[in-house]
Amino acid sequence: MTVTTDLVSYEDALASYDPVMGLEVHVELGTRTKMFCGCSTALGADANAQTCPTCLGLPGSLPVVNATGVESAIKIGLALNCEIAEWCRFARKNYFYPDMPKNFQTSQYDEPIAFNGYLDVQLEDGEVFRVEIERAHMEEDTGKSTHVGGATGRIHGASHSLLDYNRAGIPLIEIVTKPIEGAGERAPEVAKAYVAELREVIRSLDVSEARMDKGQMRCDVNLSLRPNGTEEFGTRSETKNVNSLRSVERAARFEIQRHAAVLSSGGTIVQETRHFHEDDGSTTSGRIKDNAEDYRYFPEPDLVPVAPAREWVEELRAGLPEMPRVRRNRLREQWGVTEHDMQSMLNAGAVDPIVATIDAGAPADQARKWWMGELARHANEQGKALDEMPITPVQVARVAELVAAGDLNDKLARQVIEGVLAGEGDPDKVVEKRGLKVVSDEGALTAAVEEAIAGNQAIADKIRGGKVAAAGALVGAVMKATRGQADAARVKELILEKLGVEG
Amino acid sequence: MPGITREEVAHLARLARLELKDEELDHFAGQLDDILGAVARVSEVADQDVPPTSHPLPLTNVMRADEVRPSLTPEQALSGAPAQEQQRFKVPQILGED
Repeated sequence: MTVTTDLVSYEDALASYDPVMGLEVHVELGTRTKMFCGCSTALGADANAQTCPTCLGLPGSLPVVNATGVESAIKIGLALNCEIAEWCRFARKNYFYPDMPKNFQTSQYDEPIAFNGYLDVQLEDGEVFRVEIERAHMEEDTGKSTHVGGATGRIHGASHSLLDYNRAGIPLIEIVTKPIEGAGERAPEVAKAYVAELREVIRSLDVSEARMDKGQMRCDVNLSLRPNGTEEFGTRSETKNVNSLRSVERAARFEIQRHAAVLSSGGTIVQETRHFHEDDGSTTSGRIKDNAEDYRYFPEPDLVPVAPAREWVEELRAGLPEMPRVRRNRLREQWGVTEHDMQSMLNAGAVDPIVATIDAGAPADQARKWWMGELARHANEQGKALDEMPITPVQVARVAELVAAGDLNDKLARQVIEGVLAGEGDPDKVVEKRGLKVVSDEGALTAAVEEAIAGNQAIADKIRGGKVAAAGALVGAVMKATRGQADAARVKELILEKLGVEG
Repeated sequence: MPGITREEVAHLARLARLELKDEELDHFAGQLDDILGAVARVSEVADQDVPPTSHPLPLTNVMRADEVRPSLTPEQALSGAPAQEQQRFKVPQILGED
């Protein structure tokens, strides 16, 4: 199916129009059980093996809210600088769609548990943009549909659908921004930076892994344009389930270009949901958006109100970790690296492993060097995240320690890391098994140096004549003779000593 | 008095996926009007100082610990399903042909 959409260039769109965005992010909490029943949330179970009368909506069942779910919601609210409701209720959001067996989703309506906050996000050039938070509320995820009989699992043309309700009822926190105004041409970048920062915040709170590729965090991008210099918002479109940071940026950009094309040709934007397509970065029309009242929200009679005690809220506030942006800036200053290098470490998922390696005793520059160099290369080759590599920060720190002590040189250290990754055990064990110690026996080294000099008289003469740089070739010969197991710096010292030259 | 129109009944019927005939729309509009009228009388006696009641008992914060409890087996879960396939609930086509 090819849909061609009229677009104007991004520059032309921004020359006439001012984008306003609203971002809705759903985060699946990492609780052990569902939001309103004790069914497991573990991934990978058999279809419909994690359901019960409550999450299937069978008559006579009663939901009870998960205390950890409420606690996580409050933590998220506090981290986003929100006020926490003194008293709030759940509400039923009524709709007929087979992904919810109850025919309603238990959510919150006009009484969210957290509201009126903000999140400061840092753009790539260091500029800080404040995104205001409207609310964060508690709700539940839906079941998983498989569409059968159509082309490649699409809902269009399917003859029927199959439902697995294992996911139905898993706790979700929906975080909604206030309209994001004033970002101008940087709107797509702000959207991406916001979702990225929110993901870091969620992870730092340890309430969810927030993996977008696993659907643990999903973003809906609301976007409208208004003519430059005007105040009133235009009609918005809502692009659903945008599931990567890059896609958030692309979806916002595409919608700006599409809206501008429609508006500048005298058309009107239809308020509707749109689907984002990863392959070409376009969006296509979904369903016409129901008006809010069509969901006929009403207070959930089966769940009593949640009234978090102020003592509890303050206790949770006091226990919040250092916020990611603050932590990043602190580490950047401590390590003396550039914004760009810090960003690379973040993108590589290297910051936490590096910190843990430093905590295990390694110097900061060594920890950075190994994680961003050798280990990042291995991870990249295997298509894995750094934290999935079978090596611990303690092991990396030990490698750094062996290098610092002169027991290993960089070349040997790389082989030790290879051994650890191959499951050969701790660094010391790999050193022993593979016989990777630096040759520190002065007698053996001296013999190798004398041999190298004897075999390269011409070079030796150059060095004697003052061309110290030529020593590199002799060092190389010694390293070759010792199969790389010599300390290069020491070898050079010995060569110069033998030839009676000052280094 | 609140008045409920025929169009509003048709709208509600659509949301509730109920197919109503023309004469039923008129019939239910009258009935719903009576019910809303009766309920509206509550606000004649309940002034601004009486908050709406959603929960009759003064309970808050009933929560459960995040501990896994046994689920139904897939067979039990599917036992009431009108149709099933691949251990999943089978439902009719969701969207009509475009």
